[in-house]
Amino acid sequence: MSTTHDLHHWGVAELAAQLAAGHVSSTEATQHLLSRARSHADLGAYLALNEDASLSQAHAADARRATGERSPLLGVPLAHKDIFVTRDFPTTAGSNMLAGYQSPFDATVVSKLATAGMVTLGKLNCDEFAMGSGNDNSAFGPAHNPWDRSRIPGGSSGGSAAAVAARLVPAATGTDTGGSIRQPASLTGITGIKPTYGRCSRYGMVAFASSLDQAGPMARSALDCALLLSAMAGPDLDRDSTSLDRPAEDFSSLIANYSIGSSGGCLKSLNNLQGLRIGLPQEFFGDGCAPGVQAAVRAALAEFEKLGATLVDISLPRTELSIPVYYIIAPAEASSNLSRFDGVKFGHRAAQYTDLADMYQKSRSEGFGPEVQKRIMIGTYVLSHGYYDAYYIKAQQIRRLIAQDFQQAFTQCDVIAGPVSPTVAWKIGEKSDDPVANYLADIYTLSTSLAGLPGMSIPAGFGEHGMPVGLQLIGNYFQEAQLLGAAHQFQCATDWHTRAPQGF
Amino acid sequence: MSLTPQDVSRLARLARLALDAPHAEHMLAQLNGFFDTVGQMNAVDTTGVEPLAHPTAVFAEVALRLRDDVASEPNQREANQRSAPAVERGLFLVPKVIE
Repeated sequence: MSTTHDLHHWGVAELAAQLAAGHVSSTEATQHLLSRARSHADLGAYLALNEDASLSQAHAADARRATGERSPLLGVPLAHKDIFVTRDFPTTAGSNMLAGYQSPFDATVVSKLATAGMVTLGKLNCDEFAMGSGNDNSAFGPAHNPWDRSRIPGGSSGGSAAAVAARLVPAATGTDTGGSIRQPASLTGITGIKPTYGRCSRYGMVAFASSLDQAGPMARSALDCALLLSAMAGPDLDRDSTSLDRPAEDFSSLIANYSIGSSGGCLKSLNNLQGLRIGLPQEFFGDGCAPGVQAAVRAALAEFEKLGATLVDISLPRTELSIPVYYIIAPAEASSNLSRFDGVKFGHRAAQYTDLADMYQKSRSEGFGPEVQKRIMIGTYVLSHGYYDAYYIKAQQIRRLIAQDFQQAFTQCDVIAGPVSPTVAWKIGEKSDDPVANYLADIYTLSTSLAGLPGMSIPAGFGEHGMPVGLQLIGNYFQEAQLLGAAHQFQCATDWHTRAPQGF
Repeated sequence: MSLTPQDVSRLARLARLALDAPHAEHMLAQLNGFFDTVGQMNAVDTTGVEPLAHPTAVFAEVALRLRDDVASEPNQREANQRSAPAVERGLFLVPKVIE
């Protein structure tokens, strides 16, 4: 087949169409992408491959197609953030605590995508227990940004972002607790969506902060994300107590209502977004945002206006408060979730110890990295007697006010837009000694997570140092189709999402 | 508010973490830096505001579900113990708990 040598440039929809047309087999696509994973191992995107398992899934997909099955994702390869447990691959969550861990089961998201016929290529690097914004906090080394290898790809889903941006895989799963899908998508020039909290099952996702953690797809276009989210989302009522009893939607068909032609292409027509009111929170456009990022975001918004949308000034007055609120709630929940790592049933156990308490302490201190230990300490403090009301309850109260601010804003607009990250990707190691600078990097994504709203990042051009900039779109609860539809219209009119880093 | 070295060792004990002296000192500095930055929460009047646990509860009531208390998983002891640090005859081994 003459085209297979560059099939890595195809996104999900295009590869699916080529598979359906018989121009390429899932086995060929899988072999090609596995060889790319091997030859770009220095990116640090993958933590584990299992070629036999991937190829046997690909053979199975080809066999399903041979019997006439035509599900839309059949045979399309993807890779999972190493926070989703998988039977066929080790799962580490980027931590020495879980080095070599083999899960006896697949996460719900993993099994749903496998049922849809997708082939798992491997497991992708991430910050330890998803705690970080640069993927430089992984016990197994950093992932690199394919646009500039000396820079971080963002985090915590940094391996997912790097792999998709470098055309190692057409799509990947990510998880977002405070921005961990949107920020790496922004910093690597890809598209990612965090759906409404509760849309995707958390069963089998190594837990960080349970009231915030949410899975979502990362790919090159809104259309590809829509295809994936349709297969990932849906109730999992017996296994995840916070899973919402809402049927999965066919997001790709819903966005097709806007304009897609039969091949997933775009019908060229202006004014497709006539009547869409886009709210711009003044707090997202202040001095803290780099000029190159602001310029790219403003230009993208002007494009939305050309498509018929109206820009409306709004305010999210507690944006700055989202930082302390998040950094109280997330560590509180993390300290509780991570108490399961005691060196007894799974995970690291110290070699030498005197008694049970000593075994717990040594195993945990050896297994967890410094950032994780710090957050456990913060969480332990804010949940301890005498401080619980002053910190944890107070943060949960302000969380409600933040969520109410969004509901107030949505009376004036349909979607909210702004930058994802105040800067482009920084140099690896640049912020590692400055925890407060790291926290500030999340200022535009945290409030959406606290409110449980859907949010996405779409490529919007380039800023400082020629690095990618993402535009954030935030929707009201369950308005993923509207977000994906607006993003799709933008991508029909622009080509930022088609840009690939040099050498990939 | 400033934490003391005693606070750090008490927290480490509660969190089952063993911090040696240099780590404890570094942790103390980091925690104090952190709690300085979260002080701005105190200025917010939250009188009468219900804490928000499930975020979409702002939008619509979220009922916590209970399922029937029946075993739904098959017995897969061997697979479950594959990643255990120490196992003997299907049991997890730990140091002696009661002298």
